[in-house]
Amino acid sequence: MAVEVLMPALSPTMTEGKLSKWSKSVGDPVKPGDILAEIETDKATMEVEAIEEGVLDQILVPAGTEGVAVNTPIAIVRGEDEAAGAKPAAKASPKNEMQPQTAETTTAAAPPPPATVKPAPAETDYKGETQSQTVREALRDAMAEEMRRDPDVFLMGEEVAEYQGAYKVSQGLLEEFGAKRVIDTPITEYGFTGLGVGAAMAGLKPIVEFMTFNFAMQAIDHIVNSAAKTLYMAGGQMGCPVVFRGPNGAAARVAAQHSQCYASWYAHCPGLKVVSPWSAADAKGLLKAAIRDPNPVVFLENEVLYGQSFQVPTDPDWIVPIGKAKIVRSGDAVTITAFSRMVGVALVAADELAKQGIEAEVIDLRTIRPLDIETIVSSVKRTNRLVSVEEGWPFAGIGSELAALMMEQAFDWLDAPVVRVHGADVPMPYAANLEKLALPQAENIVEAAKRVAYK
Amino acid sequence: MAKSAQSRSAKSGGDSAPEDILRYYRDMLLIRRFEEKAGQLYGMGLIGGFCHLYIGQEAVVVGMQAAAEPGDTVITSYRDHGHMLACGMDAKGVMAELTGRRGGYSKGKGGSMHMFSREKGFYGGHGIVGGQVPLGTGLGFAHRYREDGKVCMCYLGDGAINQGQVYESFNMAALWKLPVVYVIENNKYAMGTSVQRSSAGTELHKRGTAYGIPGERIDGMDVIGVRKAGAAALAHAREGKGPYILEMMTYRYRGHSMSDPAKYRSKEEVAKMRQEHDPIDRLREHILSSKIAEEVKLKDIDREIKDIVSAATEFAQQSPEPDPSELWTDVLVEA
Repeated sequence: MAVEVLMPALSPTMTEGKLSKWSKSVGDPVKPGDILAEIETDKATMEVEAIEEGVLDQILVPAGTEGVAVNTPIAIVRGEDEAAGAKPAAKASPKNEMQPQTAETTTAAAPPPPATVKPAPAETDYKGETQSQTVREALRDAMAEEMRRDPDVFLMGEEVAEYQGAYKVSQGLLEEFGAKRVIDTPITEYGFTGLGVGAAMAGLKPIVEFMTFNFAMQAIDHIVNSAAKTLYMAGGQMGCPVVFRGPNGAAARVAAQHSQCYASWYAHCPGLKVVSPWSAADAKGLLKAAIRDPNPVVFLENEVLYGQSFQVPTDPDWIVPIGKAKIVRSGDAVTITAFSRMVGVALVAADELAKQGIEAEVIDLRTIRPLDIETIVSSVKRTNRLVSVEEGWPFAGIGSELAALMMEQAFDWLDAPVVRVHGADVPMPYAANLEKLALPQAENIVEAAKRVAYK
Repeated sequence: MAKSAQSRSAKSGGDSAPEDILRYYRDMLLIRRFEEKAGQLYGMGLIGGFCHLYIGQEAVVVGMQAAAEPGDTVITSYRDHGHMLACGMDAKGVMAELTGRRGGYSKGKGGSMHMFSREKGFYGGHGIVGGQVPLGTGLGFAHRYREDGKVCMCYLGDGAINQGQVYESFNMAALWKLPVVYVIENNKYAMGTSVQRSSAGTELHKRGTAYGIPGERIDGMDVIGVRKAGAAALAHAREGKGPYILEMMTYRYRGHSMSDPAKYRSKEEVAKMRQEHDPIDRLREHILSSKIAEEVKLKDIDREIKDIVSAATEFAQQSPEPDPSELWTDVLVEA
């Protein structure tokens, strides 16, 4: 059966090319892999190989022809035992089947609201026993309880086992669970993060601890490219149930390379959940939820909070759902959002504001992605003002996202522009006075709240 | 590729039985014809983007799979079509993924570089050079954690071997004696840069020496030799002795991707490899000269493969594009 040889596309962007040279003549036998012709594409000169076995029957486009469109028949190859001049078998032009998508067709299908963001289940009111715990102890208990519950959960990271945790978060875990499930790694973030993600692909549930998230920059390829995208790339067949956790943001006097907030970096990426709790109860409840979650979760802690105490539920079945913000102080004059350590700073600011007659509502975001937009919008619809607080840099930060969301969803309720309180747009300085200037302070929040309240 | 048909001798590291040898021929031919067709469909505009063909390297993955056990896992980079077919994934599903259709393994959302099949033990299909190496080490970690007696075959190229994360992985795999066989497919060129121009020390099988990982250089154009070396390496890892490195000397006939004119090597070099070392031609000659099968039997196999590839091609063109609503699915697992 005679077949047409079509002008091939030889690069992702080629639409036409020059047929510079024929390497075979009419009547020549050809077999798969033989070079038929040379073609100049937009990138380079390429060779066209024969696919079928037979005889070169006709050359339809002579050598030297420029601007030959992709899919134009350029030659006919007939079967060895076929007569010359054979008509090619009629076949549908691939062009008709596969028209390039026009911009119109791609934009006409208006994207439905992302179906992946489902409202988080409501947090059940806890009426049971509580105990006073530090954030550090709460995180350890969360891991221990989940490791007792599921033998596929294990902890890996630098100094998590024998040293008992660089910040003592994993204290006692090696003793209880043994070296198989509490694993000291070499100081090789890229490698051990990839290893953890691979183990998660195989169905295990690793908790990968970073001594701090600053070091996770070496591993961000595996967090984003390997963990966040796998479910989508696999068409839903295979996901990656892994928790990446460790201290994030500024500690104290550790300078530029050890003081950075990664909330907006990870929150930018579809396929990740990003959690950043403030209280010990939320740290415990959310870490347990993160470990049980079938998706990759980035869990951003804060070193300064590790030693702070809060009341924490003791029931091992109590968890805090991911994706739900919490109003930690009610008020009607201005909404202040914050997460992690900045919640405490915002509460100090709110007390000061109250003394000046301004009742601020403080929302602890708790989860950065998926963000609980509903709680924020409904608060802003009452207060008509929003001040966003974060430790990180301003450009494309969480506050920028909140400002955009308020434009989109609460524009008519705003009585003042959204104001962002954030870390200074500089690498973190070491000097004590400069470091203080670089981080949001309660007085900055007070000042911002008064500005939006026109007081 | 029915693993149940695997003879006992091939598993144990002995010589391959005649029926095994015919299956190697068939499996290599399937990859060759599949890839030729993929190249053709790319030329027709039915496959877009990047498309990295495995033509010339078939003996590596077919030989390794011949030595593997059901339950062993495979992970590789973006030159992955051959690995998927050798793992027993359906040619239709692979081809339909290449054309970006809903019948593809990833529903058209992964493309040439990103397909997976937990059922067949294939864990991708990864697009960042070297990224699959820690991931594969993690698969080996999971085998050891579960004590299931299985091994991960982690493929990487001569370009990836210079990535830092590879050595981080070697260190952990050796430290924890993980059951991983690292298969370096040395096809001599990392895109356009030859091993000599990119690597200080070109004996890549020795790259694990500092970690105490044994390594061997193997003729990757000889499927029977690959199978034998693979069986020994897999046994080493399976017995709890830790990782093993196999450097497979192989050659890709086509460019790095479809838009590569391959000007960094001479036509004579390519022609010489094809004429003197082609893994399929070599095995064919062996089959005929050793009277393992007659010409007519090989013709039957040729026909069977042609039919499989034709059916896959037809499926890949007829399967519809993904529904627009698929844009929003599979971002997160709904709890």
